[in-house]
Amino acid sequence: MNRIDKTFQALRAEGKKALITYVVAGDPGLKQTVDLVLAKAQAGADIVELGIPFSDPLADGAVIQAAAQRSLNRGTTIDGVFDAVRGIRTQSQVPLVFLVYYNTVLAYGREAFLGECKETGVDGLIIPDLPYEEREEMVALMDESVHLITLVAPTSEQRIEKLVRDAKGFVYCISTLGITGGGAGFFSGLEAFLAKVKSQTETPIAVGFGITKKEQVKPLLPMVDGVIMGSKIVDVIHQSQGDSAELDAFVRSIKIEFE
Amino acid sequence: MNKTKFGQFGGQYVPETIMNALHELEAAYRHYQNDPEFLEEYGYYLKQYVGRPSPLYFAEGLTKRLGGAKIYLKREDLNHTGAHKINNVMGQLLLAKRMGKTKVIAETGAGQHGVATATGAALLGMECTVFMGEEDIERQALNVFRMELLGAIVEPVNSGTKTLKDATNEAIRAWIHRVEDTFYVIGSVVGPAPYPEMVRDFQKVIGEEARKQLLEAEGCLPDAIIACVGGGSNAMGIFHAFMADEAVELIGVEGAGKGIETGLHAAAIAEGKVGVLHGMKTFLLQDQQGNITPAYSVSAGLDYPGIGPEHAALHEQQRANYVSVTDDEAIDALNALCLSDGILPALESAHAIAYVMKLAPTMSADQILVVNLSGRGDKDVHTIAAYKKGELQ
Repeated sequence: MNRIDKTFQALRAEGKKALITYVVAGDPGLKQTVDLVLAKAQAGADIVELGIPFSDPLADGAVIQAAAQRSLNRGTTIDGVFDAVRGIRTQSQVPLVFLVYYNTVLAYGREAFLGECKETGVDGLIIPDLPYEEREEMVALMDESVHLITLVAPTSEQRIEKLVRDAKGFVYCISTLGITGGGAGFFSGLEAFLAKVKSQTETPIAVGFGITKKEQVKPLLPMVDGVIMGSKIVDVIHQSQGDSAELDAFVRSIKIEFE
Repeated sequence: MNKTKFGQFGGQYVPETIMNALHELEAAYRHYQNDPEFLEEYGYYLKQYVGRPSPLYFAEGLTKRLGGAKIYLKREDLNHTGAHKINNVMGQLLLAKRMGKTKVIAETGAGQHGVATATGAALLGMECTVFMGEEDIERQALNVFRMELLGAIVEPVNSGTKTLKDATNEAIRAWIHRVEDTFYVIGSVVGPAPYPEMVRDFQKVIGEEARKQLLEAEGCLPDAIIACVGGGSNAMGIFHAFMADEAVELIGVEGAGKGIETGLHAAAIAEGKVGVLHGMKTFLLQDQQGNITPAYSVSAGLDYPGIGPEHAALHEQQRANYVSVTDDEAIDALNALCLSDGILPALESAHAIAYVMKLAPTMSADQILVVNLSGRGDKDVHTIAAYKKGELQ
């Protein structure tokens, strides 16, 4: 069974919700990425999103753009990221989800990319620029070993039903009108939006984009199966120059909200 | 709904947040593209405000100088604001108005599309924000000032290469954020569907006029149509009316910068690989990891690492032929046209002229070339002066 499904099943059995955290692979370096992911998993992250840096990340705000640029400047390659996944897998079975822009997948070759995901132990893909209308060209090549995660936005409205119909792993609910890192604040109809998504699918739903403070977490938990924290974590990593202990402490401070 | 692609190219590779906005745009465009009232309004502004039809001028001097085919210039440089860009802007802004949008955003490289959008927005009383790379803001200070005079806000973009590619990323990000009340005016035949098709349709008047004008002047169709290609809107605009005329060769001229072999160029078809950027699948300049590599051309309007998806398809079907010329060749052509016919072309358009200078002498006097002179060169005089002094890197 896919590690994402196993994790949500176990959490559900205990009546708990998932903490999903993000990290840009290769910032500050790929070696640190392995340590940072392991530190997060130990500190209580239930699922880890690993961003593969891309030159033109059009769904990302300033914090993640800058992290991706730093990573690229250090020469991070796709194969390097797969090697980091191998490194993580020798010590942890935490579910790993790539946040990857579609051109990265195309440049590597779709089959080859999926083959490597399967072999190294990547459980899911979030491809922000591959919407429902275009996803068949990936879905046709995929099986249960890697899930293509469905994104749903506040503007999706009447599309929600068809978007979540065959959702695998979890449904990624975008909490804001905007890009990662917030600034826009939550979309005003967030509660109704999450309730609507929840009512249309059996697949777990997680909410992300713009969640930067631990105070934001608790009110969201009753409405969702997981909360995603991205830019804030990337910022913590950057400010501490990739210090695992500081990240550990930060993740633990968030995790308390889930108890 | 399957009309989003040209062969394998195009599509809607954008974040979910703007999918509904694209569908709304598509529905509005389908509704108005054949609506007589809308077309009448659009036609009114093209005639009375833009100054259409633009002349198809027989370039006597250049023809004589090259001593081969007869050369006709489609004078888009004579349009209001100095280039073909305004044709598209008027179409999109009138559509935005019908859709009830009061705010518009645009990306710009050289500033021509930004100026055109600021102009149209001022005319129609809309709030306009233009995203422009910091690098381009420095290179095109005059156009920044023009946009501000026209009441637009110029938003500097300092991410990535700080040029058109990044301004486009930022405009898309802003659209994601403001999608509910904002219309995104894309300046070329690029981006997610329906933009490439819609922008082409708002530019196809160029080819329709040229075809009619040449038939009146010569009683026949040209042997070839030549246009420069950055994103490719002036080229699609003049190509479209000749698409079914198989005997008419369609030639797109990319910017070869300092030479293809130097890596400093903007020749996406010559050197690019198929990928996805700015919502479309097309040929892109990219490295092995799929990261987009910066394009270079002395002409800021050709300085784009991709090409419109319909061009990618025309290339694949071999209906159009894509060539490239260097900065040096373009500057020589610009000089030549100034002296032969008293016309200062934009650096972009000078690329098309440069290819004509290679092609025309190989042809006979009864053959005809039509060139899209897409813009005037007033905006480029500083760049040309710096280039001549050897100040440009």
